[in-house]
Amino acid sequence: MHIVVCIKQVPDSAQIRVHPVTNTIMRQGVPTIINPYDLFALEEALRLKDRFGATVTVLTMGPPTAAESLRKALTFGADRAVLLTDRYFAGSDTLATSYALSMALLKVAEEFGKPEIIFTGKQTIDGDTAQVGPGIAKRLDYNQLTYIARIVETDTDAGTIKVERRAEGGLQVLESKLPVLITMLEASNEMRRGSIENALIAARAEVVTWNAAAVGIEDLTKCGLRGSPTIVKKVFAPTARTDKAEIVEVDGKVDAKAAALVEAIFAKAPAVEQDLLEHAAHHYV
Amino acid sequence: MAEENKPAPAAGGSRANTKKELPEHFKAYKHVWVAVEIEHGQVHSVSFELLGEGRKLADKRGVELAAVVMGDDRASLDAAAVACFEYGADCVYLAQDPALKHYRNETSTKVLTDIVNTYQPEILLLGATNLGRDLAGSVATTLQTGLTADCTELAIDDEGSLAATRPTFGGSLLCTIFTLNYRPQMATVRPRVLAMPDREEGRTGRIVEFDPKLVEDDVITKVLDFIADRDTDKANLPYADIVVAGGLGLGSAENFQLVKELAEVLGAEYGGSRPLVQKGWITSDRQIGQTGKTIRPKLYIAAGISGAIQHRVGVEGADVIVAINTDPNAPIFEFAHLGIVADAVTLLPALTDAFAARLRVNRLAS
Repeated sequence: MHIVVCIKQVPDSAQIRVHPVTNTIMRQGVPTIINPYDLFALEEALRLKDRFGATVTVLTMGPPTAAESLRKALTFGADRAVLLTDRYFAGSDTLATSYALSMALLKVAEEFGKPEIIFTGKQTIDGDTAQVGPGIAKRLDYNQLTYIARIVETDTDAGTIKVERRAEGGLQVLESKLPVLITMLEASNEMRRGSIENALIAARAEVVTWNAAAVGIEDLTKCGLRGSPTIVKKVFAPTARTDKAEIVEVDGKVDAKAAALVEAIFAKAPAVEQDLLEHAAHHYV
Repeated sequence: MAEENKPAPAAGGSRANTKKELPEHFKAYKHVWVAVEIEHGQVHSVSFELLGEGRKLADKRGVELAAVVMGDDRASLDAAAVACFEYGADCVYLAQDPALKHYRNETSTKVLTDIVNTYQPEILLLGATNLGRDLAGSVATTLQTGLTADCTELAIDDEGSLAATRPTFGGSLLCTIFTLNYRPQMATVRPRVLAMPDREEGRTGRIVEFDPKLVEDDVITKVLDFIADRDTDKANLPYADIVVAGGLGLGSAENFQLVKELAEVLGAEYGGSRPLVQKGWITSDRQIGQTGKTIRPKLYIAAGISGAIQHRVGVEGADVIVAINTDPNAPIFEFAHLGIVADAVTLLPALTDAFAARLRVNRLAS
């Protein structure tokens, strides 16, 4: 069995700072990480590798420095790393990204065998769109299984897979046929630790690096900004509310502050006070 | 592959150069649509919220508002259609088929795409739920059009285009996104981001039947079962009247108990900011903010939360926002209605006692 895990290298959002004057992102010095949601996808792929002896390929699209994240994935136990990188991909929205990745996945299939399962995380922490996984599935005509909480069973002989999918109010139990694209839900498993042995392999491993031409993209108008139907017209910081917050200032003990805050809250939200008093009358008389 | 459906790409293509003519074959695309989410016969309230907003967009454009309802049971589809009319739809596209009994990507993508290609809307809105995101991504890729996820604001600009605003860069800034040269313009919005519109009893419209032409044997993915969540200890943050939440200012996982105690006295739901989920202090179903739950309570008390944009967009719909923070310059004071500069760890127990005294109940904590 061949499994491909699509990952993305993202800025560690906990450490992103916005310039106070220009409202632009200060990217300098912000460390990058593997998109945390992708780790659940990677771990699930490695579990299938443990069980079925599958080969796991990790694929990413990004700048040449994204190779770091691929090597990191190798330390966890992935077998092969593929980097798709080209300046023509700059500015891709989700539609253009899923196009480039689907072309790379066709090339992966040609070079290393057709993947029975493609995994992605449920979304990224920088874009938060959750659109690239479904985009790849549609383009490659893979059966799409999103928000998967658990893979119940995989029958490689019959070519079937049974999963539990997070839906409104419960879990949908679905059975589908390989090949499938799965987006894993967060907290669906716990990422293993990388091994020293794998770290040594990863340090020496060759990262297969392809550009647009290498994956057979001839029409560059489908890539990057030109291939993106969405247009970002402005980026801005939200403005403060026109009426500033009323600040409760009370000298003295914390009890006095708390009492003053309760009065101020009820003054702002009389309906809430009404509800609470009625509720209290019913329950605590 | 879906590639064949792709219209000729527009020439040029820099995002700075956004003034472009809509290709001729898209000029017939008209009206605002909402793809209605129905599961187990019930319409998700996010669909009504979208109809309320869709009504405003349609009026601004001077076009109709339509809803798409898909399912297997005629009675619940008819009931959904009535509700859609009463929440503002002029027209309902109704697709009934046994294969639409449960949501499946395969069937719903095919039917919604077919209806869009037949009747050609200019704007298509979906809820940013698991179902809506699963469906929207597939439909947008099939149609080769632009899709903006998790919008916090929708508007029509001076040229009649959909301006979809959403947080960007991990929720640290906002951006406004357009789909100028492709149709339909697609967007998703999370539950509770938009206000629930008033229901106009007796308001009606026309139903357009659409034959989905599905054959169950051709559908690959089968629904074997549905395991309903147990109701106990399941957070219902989006629809709670009062919410109390904590942030990193609490200092430790143990101190989060103080948030729970206040919530208990107020009969409130409790939650926390994103870093608390990452630290494992709370489960992800209690995360409040852009990537967690959007709330619209009558009262929201935020203790030790600094108020990053990604948190702000999840709570801005609250009637009254109360901020407790030691830092008087914390961004949360820029959008709170009421604030106090204090250490949440010492203030919360006192606040719990003060509320309890006011409400004449004894503190329930041990």
